Amino acid sequence: MAINWFKYAAPASFYGLAGKMVPFFAWPAAILFALGIYIGFFVAPTDAVQSEAYRIMFIHVPVSILSMFIYLVMAGYAALGLIFNTRLSSMMATALAPTGALFAFIALWTGALWGKPMWGAWWVWDARLTSELILLFLYLGFIALQASIDDPRRADRAGALLAIVGSVNVPIIYFSVKWWNTLHQGSSIKFSDTSMHIAMKQALFIMLAACWLYVIAVTLVRVRSIILERERNTQWVSELAEVREGERS
Amino acid sequence: MRARTKTLLFIIGGIAVIAAAVGLVLYALKDNVSLYFTPTQVFNKEAPLAHSFRIGGLVEVGSVKRETDGLTVHFIITDTLKSMPVTYKGILPDLFKEGKGVVAQGKLQADNVFYAEEVLAKHDENYMPPEAKDALDKAAKAQSAVNSASAVPATITPAK
Repeated sequence: MAINWFKYAAPASFYGLAGKMVPFFAWPAAILFALGIYIGFFVAPTDAVQSEAYRIMFIHVPVSILSMFIYLVMAGYAALGLIFNTRLSSMMATALAPTGALFAFIALWTGALWGKPMWGAWWVWDARLTSELILLFLYLGFIALQASIDDPRRADRAGALLAIVGSVNVPIIYFSVKWWNTLHQGSSIKFSDTSMHIAMKQALFIMLAACWLYVIAVTLVRVRSIILERERNTQWVSELAEVREGERS
Repeated sequence: MRARTKTLLFIIGGIAVIAAAVGLVLYALKDNVSLYFTPTQVFNKEAPLAHSFRIGGLVEVGSVKRETDGLTVHFIITDTLKSMPVTYKGILPDLFKEGKGVVAQGKLQADNVFYAEEVLAKHDENYMPPEAKDALDKAAKAQSAVNSASAVPATITPAK
Protein backbone atom coordinates (compact mmCIF):
# COMPACT_ATOMS: atom_id res chain seq x y z
CA MET A 1 0.00 0.00 0.00
CA ALA A 2 2.69 2.43 0.97
CA ILE A 3 3.89 4.39 -2.02
CA ASN A 4 7.53 5.25 -1.82
CA TRP A 5 7.30 9.01 -2.34
CA PHE A 6 11.00 9.42 -1.87
CA LYS A 7 11.55 7.39 -5.01
CA TYR A 8 10.71 10.52 -6.99
CA ALA A 9 13.11 12.62 -4.96
CA ALA A 10 15.85 10.94 -6.98
CA PRO A 11 16.62 12.93 -10.14
CA ALA A 12 16.82 9.73 -12.20
CA SER A 13 13.24 8.69 -11.48
CA PHE A 14 11.84 12.22 -11.45
CA TYR A 15 13.22 12.87 -14.93
CA GLY A 16 10.78 10.40 -16.50
CA LEU A 17 7.85 11.42 -14.28
CA ALA A 18 8.36 15.11 -15.08
CA GLY A 19 8.39 14.34 -18.78
CA LYS A 20 5.05 12.54 -18.50
CA MET A 21 3.51 15.38 -16.42
CA VAL A 22 4.40 18.28 -18.76
CA PRO A 23 1.49 17.83 -21.25
CA PHE A 24 -1.02 17.62 -18.40
CA PHE A 25 -0.06 21.15 -17.39
CA ALA A 26 0.90 22.67 -20.75
CA TRP A 27 -2.36 21.94 -22.59
CA PRO A 28 -4.74 23.17 -19.87
CA ALA A 29 -2.52 26.26 -19.57
CA ALA A 30 -2.91 27.01 -23.29
CA ILE A 31 -6.68 26.40 -23.27
CA LEU A 32 -7.29 28.47 -20.12
CA PHE A 33 -5.07 31.24 -21.47
CA ALA A 34 -7.16 31.48 -24.65
CA LEU A 35 -10.38 31.36 -22.63
CA GLY A 36 -9.14 33.96 -20.12
CA ILE A 37 -8.04 36.36 -22.87
CA TYR A 38 -11.39 35.91 -24.62
CA ILE A 39 -13.45 36.62 -21.49
CA GLY A 40 -11.12 39.42 -20.46
CA PHE A 41 -11.30 41.25 -23.76
CA PHE A 42 -14.73 40.41 -25.17
CA VAL A 43 -17.03 39.41 -22.30
CA ALA A 44 -15.89 41.49 -19.32
CA PRO A 45 -17.59 44.91 -19.31
CA THR A 46 -15.89 48.28 -19.64
CA ASP A 47 -14.82 49.75 -16.31
CA ALA A 48 -16.68 52.82 -15.10
CA VAL A 49 -13.56 54.75 -14.10
CA GLN A 50 -10.74 53.46 -16.30
CA SER A 51 -12.78 52.38 -19.37
CA GLU A 52 -10.74 49.91 -21.47
CA ALA A 53 -7.30 50.48 -19.94
CA TYR A 54 -8.13 48.38 -16.89
CA ARG A 55 -8.00 45.23 -19.04
CA ILE A 56 -4.22 45.18 -18.68
CA MET A 57 -4.87 43.79 -15.19
CA PHE A 58 -5.77 40.41 -16.70
CA ILE A 59 -2.05 40.02 -17.39
CA HIS A 60 -0.67 42.30 -14.68
CA VAL A 61 -2.43 40.83 -11.63
CA PRO A 62 -1.86 37.06 -12.23
CA VAL A 63 1.76 37.66 -13.18
CA SER A 64 2.37 39.86 -10.12
CA ILE A 65 0.75 37.36 -7.74
CA LEU A 66 2.81 34.52 -9.19
CA SER A 67 6.05 36.52 -9.15
CA MET A 68 5.66 36.64 -5.35
CA PHE A 69 4.36 33.09 -5.00
CA ILE A 70 7.12 31.59 -7.18
CA TYR A 71 9.69 33.27 -4.95
CA LEU A 72 8.25 31.62 -1.84
CA VAL A 73 8.15 28.21 -3.58
CA MET A 74 11.72 28.73 -4.80
CA ALA A 75 12.92 29.68 -1.31
CA GLY A 76 11.04 26.66 0.08
CA TYR A 77 12.74 24.27 -2.33
CA ALA A 78 16.09 25.91 -1.67
CA ALA A 79 15.58 25.46 2.09
CA LEU A 80 14.60 21.81 1.60
CA GLY A 81 17.76 21.28 -0.43
CA LEU A 82 19.81 22.92 2.30
CA ILE A 83 18.23 20.95 5.16
CA PHE A 84 17.77 17.49 3.66
CA ASN A 85 20.58 17.72 1.13
CA THR A 86 18.23 16.57 -1.62
CA ARG A 87 19.65 17.42 -5.00
CA LEU A 88 16.27 17.56 -6.73
CA SER A 89 14.96 20.31 -4.41
CA SER A 90 17.89 22.54 -5.28
CA MET A 91 17.38 21.82 -8.97
CA MET A 92 13.71 22.80 -8.65
CA ALA A 93 14.75 26.10 -7.04
CA THR A 94 17.16 26.75 -9.91
CA ALA A 95 14.46 25.82 -12.44
CA LEU A 96 11.91 28.23 -10.92
CA ALA A 97 14.15 31.31 -10.86
CA PRO A 98 14.07 32.33 -14.57
CA THR A 99 10.26 32.12 -14.71
CA GLY A 100 10.00 34.13 -11.50
CA ALA A 101 12.31 36.78 -12.90
CA LEU A 102 10.31 36.87 -16.14
CA PHE A 103 7.05 37.31 -14.23
CA ALA A 104 8.48 40.02 -11.98
CA PHE A 105 9.69 41.82 -15.10
CA ILE A 106 6.30 41.50 -16.87
CA ALA A 107 4.58 42.72 -13.69
CA LEU A 108 6.74 45.87 -13.64
CA TRP A 109 6.46 46.38 -17.39
CA THR A 110 2.68 46.02 -17.65
CA GLY A 111 2.43 48.11 -14.48
CA ALA A 112 4.32 50.92 -16.20
CA LEU A 113 2.12 50.63 -19.30
CA TRP A 114 -0.94 50.83 -17.04
CA GLY A 115 0.45 53.60 -14.83
CA LYS A 116 1.18 56.08 -17.61
CA PRO A 117 -2.40 56.49 -18.91
CA MET A 118 -4.12 56.12 -15.50
CA TRP A 119 -1.86 57.72 -12.89
CA GLY A 120 0.06 59.98 -15.27
CA ALA A 121 3.48 58.43 -14.58
CA TRP A 122 5.40 55.39 -15.85
CA TRP A 123 7.07 54.96 -12.51
CA VAL A 124 6.89 56.31 -8.97
CA TRP A 125 9.08 55.27 -6.08
CA ASP A 126 6.20 54.08 -3.96
CA ALA A 127 6.54 51.10 -1.62
CA ARG A 128 4.70 48.60 -3.84
CA LEU A 129 6.65 49.37 -7.01
CA THR A 130 10.01 49.62 -5.28
CA SER A 131 9.64 46.33 -3.38
CA GLU A 132 8.57 44.55 -6.59
CA LEU A 133 11.69 45.94 -8.29
CA ILE A 134 13.75 44.54 -5.40
CA LEU A 135 12.07 41.17 -6.04
CA LEU A 136 13.26 41.26 -9.67
CA PHE A 137 16.79 42.05 -8.46
CA LEU A 138 16.61 39.17 -5.97
CA TYR A 139 15.71 36.76 -8.78
CA LEU A 140 18.49 38.13 -10.99
CA GLY A 141 20.92 37.98 -8.05
CA PHE A 142 19.97 34.34 -7.38
CA ILE A 143 20.53 33.42 -11.04
CA ALA A 144 23.82 35.33 -11.25
CA LEU A 145 25.13 33.92 -7.96
CA GLN A 146 24.42 30.34 -9.03
CA ALA A 147 25.95 30.93 -12.45
CA SER A 148 29.13 32.37 -10.94
CA ILE A 149 29.97 29.27 -8.88
CA ASP A 150 31.32 26.32 -10.85
CA ASP A 151 30.58 23.55 -8.36
CA PRO A 152 26.80 22.97 -8.60
CA ARG A 153 26.40 21.81 -4.99
CA ARG A 154 28.16 24.90 -3.64
CA ALA A 155 26.16 27.05 -6.06
CA ASP A 156 22.98 25.48 -4.64
CA ARG A 157 23.96 26.31 -1.08
CA ALA A 158 24.94 29.91 -1.85
CA GLY A 159 21.78 30.47 -3.88
CA ALA A 160 19.63 28.89 -1.16
CA LEU A 161 20.96 31.34 1.41
CA LEU A 162 20.14 34.32 -0.83
CA ALA A 163 16.68 32.91 -1.66
CA ILE A 164 15.82 32.34 2.02
CA VAL A 165 17.02 35.77 3.14
CA GLY A 166 15.19 37.44 0.25
CA SER A 167 11.87 35.82 1.13
CA VAL A 168 11.47 38.53 3.81
CA ASN A 169 10.70 40.87 0.90
CA VAL A 170 7.56 39.00 -0.22
CA PRO A 171 5.27 39.97 2.69
CA ILE A 172 6.61 43.52 2.35
CA ILE A 173 5.40 43.62 -1.27
CA TYR A 174 2.04 42.15 -0.36
CA PHE A 175 1.30 44.40 2.60
CA SER A 176 3.03 47.55 1.26
CA VAL A 177 -0.28 49.03 0.11
CA LYS A 178 -1.68 48.60 3.61
CA TRP A 179 1.29 49.71 5.67
CA TRP A 180 2.21 52.88 3.80
CA ASN A 181 0.67 55.59 1.66
CA THR A 182 1.22 54.40 -1.90
CA LEU A 183 0.03 55.49 -5.32
CA HIS A 184 -0.72 51.85 -6.08
CA GLN A 185 -4.26 50.90 -5.11
CA GLY A 186 -5.09 48.20 -2.57
CA SER A 187 -5.70 44.55 -3.40
CA SER A 188 -8.80 43.74 -5.44
CA ILE A 189 -8.54 40.06 -4.57
CA LYS A 190 -8.86 39.65 -0.85
CA PHE A 191 -9.09 36.45 1.13
CA SER A 192 -12.72 37.15 1.98
CA ASP A 193 -14.07 39.00 -1.02
CA THR A 194 -13.25 40.70 -4.29
CA SER A 195 -14.19 44.20 -5.30
CA MET A 196 -14.91 43.38 -8.91
CA HIS A 197 -17.68 42.66 -11.36
CA ILE A 198 -18.33 38.93 -11.85
CA ALA A 199 -17.08 38.60 -15.48
CA MET A 200 -13.93 40.56 -14.62
CA LYS A 201 -13.37 38.24 -11.69
CA GLN A 202 -13.82 35.13 -13.85
CA ALA A 203 -11.35 36.37 -16.45
CA LEU A 204 -8.85 37.21 -13.73
CA PHE A 205 -9.05 33.82 -12.00
CA ILE A 206 -8.89 31.91 -15.30
CA MET A 207 -5.79 33.88 -16.28
CA LEU A 208 -4.31 33.18 -12.85
CA ALA A 209 -4.92 29.44 -13.30
CA ALA A 210 -3.46 29.56 -16.83
CA CYS A 211 -0.30 31.33 -15.67
CA TRP A 212 0.02 28.96 -12.73
CA LEU A 213 -0.18 25.87 -14.97
CA TYR A 214 2.27 27.48 -17.39
CA VAL A 215 4.74 27.98 -14.54
CA ILE A 216 4.48 24.31 -13.53
CA ALA A 217 4.87 23.07 -17.13
CA VAL A 218 7.83 25.26 -17.96
CA THR A 219 9.54 24.50 -14.63
CA LEU A 220 9.22 20.76 -15.24
CA VAL A 221 10.75 21.14 -18.70
CA ARG A 222 13.55 23.24 -17.26
CA VAL A 223 14.26 20.90 -14.35
CA ARG A 224 14.55 18.02 -16.84
CA SER A 225 17.34 19.79 -18.70
CA ILE A 226 19.03 20.71 -15.42
CA ILE A 227 18.91 17.04 -14.36
CA LEU A 228 20.39 15.93 -17.69
CA GLU A 229 23.11 18.55 -17.51
CA ARG A 230 24.16 17.72 -13.96
CA GLU A 231 23.92 13.94 -14.32
CA ARG A 232 25.44 13.78 -17.79
CA ASN A 233 28.24 11.48 -16.65
CA THR A 234 25.98 8.90 -15.03
CA GLN A 235 25.01 5.49 -16.30
CA TRP A 236 21.25 6.14 -16.42
CA VAL A 237 21.57 9.23 -18.60
CA SER A 238 23.72 7.42 -21.13
CA GLU A 239 21.06 4.67 -21.29
CA LEU A 240 18.19 7.11 -22.02
CA ALA A 241 16.57 6.48 -25.39
CA GLU A 242 16.71 10.16 -26.39
CA VAL A 243 20.40 10.41 -25.46
CA ARG A 244 21.39 7.30 -27.42
CA GLU A 245 19.39 8.45 -30.40
CA GLY A 246 21.17 11.80 -30.27
CA GLU A 247 24.56 10.09 -30.25
CA ARG A 248 23.73 7.86 -33.21
CA SER A 249 22.66 10.67 -35.51
CA MET B 1 21.03 16.89 17.49
CA ARG B 2 21.14 15.78 13.93
CA ALA B 3 22.79 17.93 11.31
CA ARG B 4 19.55 18.53 9.42
CA THR B 5 17.70 19.64 12.56
CA LYS B 6 20.53 22.04 13.22
CA THR B 7 20.31 23.45 9.69
CA LEU B 8 16.55 23.80 9.99
CA LEU B 9 16.82 25.67 13.29
CA PHE B 10 19.58 27.81 11.83
CA ILE B 11 17.37 28.77 8.87
CA ILE B 12 14.31 29.50 11.01
CA GLY B 13 16.40 31.54 13.45
CA GLY B 14 18.09 33.36 10.58
CA ILE B 15 14.78 34.30 8.94
CA ALA B 16 13.39 35.49 12.28
CA VAL B 17 16.44 37.69 12.95
CA ILE B 18 16.44 39.14 9.43
CA ALA B 19 12.69 39.74 9.50
CA ALA B 20 13.03 41.54 12.83
CA ALA B 21 15.92 43.66 11.51
CA VAL B 22 14.07 44.58 8.31
CA GLY B 23 10.92 45.28 10.32
CA LEU B 24 12.77 47.67 12.63
CA VAL B 25 14.44 49.43 9.70
CA LEU B 26 11.12 49.88 7.91
CA TYR B 27 9.48 51.06 11.12
CA ALA B 28 12.22 53.66 11.56
CA LEU B 29 11.81 54.75 7.95
CA LYS B 30 8.01 54.74 8.16
CA ASP B 31 7.60 58.34 7.04
CA ASN B 32 10.18 58.06 4.27
CA VAL B 33 8.65 54.92 2.79
CA SER B 34 5.24 56.52 2.40
CA LEU B 35 4.88 58.15 -0.99
CA TYR B 36 2.97 61.19 0.21
CA PHE B 37 1.82 63.14 3.26
CA THR B 38 -1.81 63.75 4.10
CA PRO B 39 -3.03 67.34 4.63
CA THR B 40 -3.35 66.55 8.36
CA GLN B 41 0.31 65.55 8.49
CA VAL B 42 1.23 68.78 6.70
CA PHE B 43 -0.73 70.83 9.23
CA ASN B 44 1.01 68.95 12.06
CA LYS B 45 4.30 69.96 10.42
CA GLU B 46 5.33 66.33 9.86
CA ALA B 47 6.14 67.06 6.23
CA PRO B 48 9.51 68.61 5.23
CA LEU B 49 8.00 72.03 4.61
CA ALA B 50 11.28 73.58 3.43
CA HIS B 51 11.69 71.05 0.63
CA SER B 52 9.64 69.60 -2.18
CA PHE B 53 7.32 66.85 -0.97
CA ARG B 54 4.20 64.99 -2.08
CA ILE B 55 0.76 65.53 -0.70
CA GLY B 56 -2.09 63.11 -1.26
CA GLY B 57 -5.81 62.92 -0.64
CA LEU B 58 -9.09 63.54 -2.40
CA VAL B 59 -9.87 66.45 -4.70
CA GLU B 60 -12.54 68.36 -2.79
CA VAL B 61 -15.85 68.36 -4.65
CA GLY B 62 -16.55 71.74 -6.25
CA SER B 63 -13.05 73.07 -5.65
CA VAL B 64 -11.55 72.74 -9.16
CA LYS B 65 -11.16 76.10 -10.89
CA ARG B 66 -9.38 76.61 -14.20
CA GLU B 67 -7.78 79.88 -15.21
CA THR B 68 -8.42 81.38 -18.63
CA ASP B 69 -5.02 80.25 -19.95
CA GLY B 70 -6.44 76.71 -19.93
CA LEU B 71 -3.42 75.24 -18.15
CA THR B 72 -3.35 76.66 -14.66
CA VAL B 73 -5.74 74.93 -12.32
CA HIS B 74 -6.60 75.51 -8.67
CA PHE B 75 -8.09 72.82 -6.46
CA ILE B 76 -8.20 71.68 -2.85
CA ILE B 77 -6.76 68.40 -1.59
CA THR B 78 -8.57 67.08 1.46
CA ASP B 79 -8.33 64.07 3.75
CA THR B 80 -11.79 65.05 5.11
CA LEU B 81 -10.14 66.46 8.27
CA LYS B 82 -7.85 69.12 6.83
CA SER B 83 -7.67 70.73 3.40
CA MET B 84 -4.83 72.19 1.39
CA PRO B 85 -5.22 74.55 -1.60
CA VAL B 86 -3.12 73.53 -4.59
CA THR B 87 -2.08 75.39 -7.73
CA TYR B 88 -0.79 73.49 -10.74
CA LYS B 89 0.16 74.51 -14.24
CA GLY B 90 0.22 71.64 -16.67
CA ILE B 91 -1.71 68.74 -18.10
CA LEU B 92 -3.76 66.73 -15.61
CA PRO B 93 -4.12 62.94 -15.91
CA ASP B 94 -7.43 61.70 -17.36
CA LEU B 95 -8.52 60.20 -14.06
CA PHE B 96 -8.19 63.55 -12.24
CA LYS B 97 -11.73 64.21 -10.97
CA GLU B 98 -13.45 65.91 -8.09
CA GLY B 99 -13.96 63.50 -5.21
CA LYS B 100 -11.23 61.17 -6.50
CA GLY B 101 -7.73 60.39 -5.22
CA VAL B 102 -4.77 62.55 -6.21
CA VAL B 103 -1.07 62.83 -5.35
CA ALA B 104 0.73 66.12 -6.04
CA GLN B 105 4.44 66.87 -5.78
CA GLY B 106 5.60 70.39 -5.09
CA LYS B 107 6.34 72.95 -2.38
CA LEU B 108 4.27 74.72 0.20
CA GLN B 109 4.81 78.47 -0.26
CA ALA B 110 4.51 81.26 2.27
CA ASP B 111 0.92 82.00 1.18
CA ASN B 112 -0.03 78.51 2.43
CA VAL B 113 -0.76 77.38 -1.11
CA PHE B 114 0.85 74.18 -2.37
CA TYR B 115 2.48 74.82 -5.76
CA ALA B 116 2.56 71.48 -7.54
CA GLU B 117 5.03 70.53 -10.25
CA GLU B 118 3.46 67.14 -10.91
CA VAL B 119 -0.05 65.82 -10.32
CA LEU B 120 -0.81 62.08 -10.41
CA ALA B 121 -4.22 60.44 -10.21
CA LYS B 122 -4.80 57.65 -7.70
CA HIS B 123 -7.57 55.18 -8.46
CA ASP B 124 -9.08 52.59 -6.14
CA GLU B 125 -9.29 48.80 -6.38
CA ASN B 126 -12.97 48.64 -7.34
CA TYR B 127 -13.81 47.66 -10.90
CA MET B 128 -17.34 47.69 -12.22
CA PRO B 129 -19.27 48.49 -15.40
CA PRO B 130 -20.70 52.04 -15.75
CA GLU B 131 -24.29 50.87 -15.13
CA ALA B 132 -23.34 49.35 -11.78
CA LYS B 133 -21.50 52.54 -10.87
CA ASP B 134 -24.55 54.66 -11.74
CA ALA B 135 -26.73 52.44 -9.57
CA LEU B 136 -24.28 52.73 -6.67
CA ASP B 137 -24.04 56.51 -7.04
CA LYS B 138 -27.84 56.80 -7.09
CA ALA B 139 -28.14 54.65 -4.00
CA ALA B 140 -25.52 56.79 -2.22
CA LYS B 141 -27.36 59.95 -3.22
CA ALA B 142 -30.68 58.60 -2.01
CA GLN B 143 -29.04 57.55 1.24
CA SER B 144 -27.49 60.98 1.81
CA ALA B 145 -30.84 62.63 0.97
CA VAL B 146 -32.47 60.48 3.60
CA ASN B 147 -29.74 61.32 6.09
CA SER B 148 -29.93 65.05 5.49
CA ALA B 149 -33.72 64.88 5.53
CA SER B 150 -33.70 63.40 9.00
CA ALA B 151 -31.02 65.84 10.21
CA VAL B 152 -32.09 69.13 8.65
CA PRO B 153 -35.49 68.85 6.96
CA ALA B 154 -35.21 72.33 5.45
CA THR B 155 -32.36 71.40 3.09
CA ILE B 156 -34.19 68.78 1.05
CA THR B 157 -33.98 69.50 -2.64
CA PRO B 158 -36.63 67.95 -4.83
CA ALA B 159 -35.34 64.97 -6.81
CA LYS B 160 -34.84 65.70 -10.49
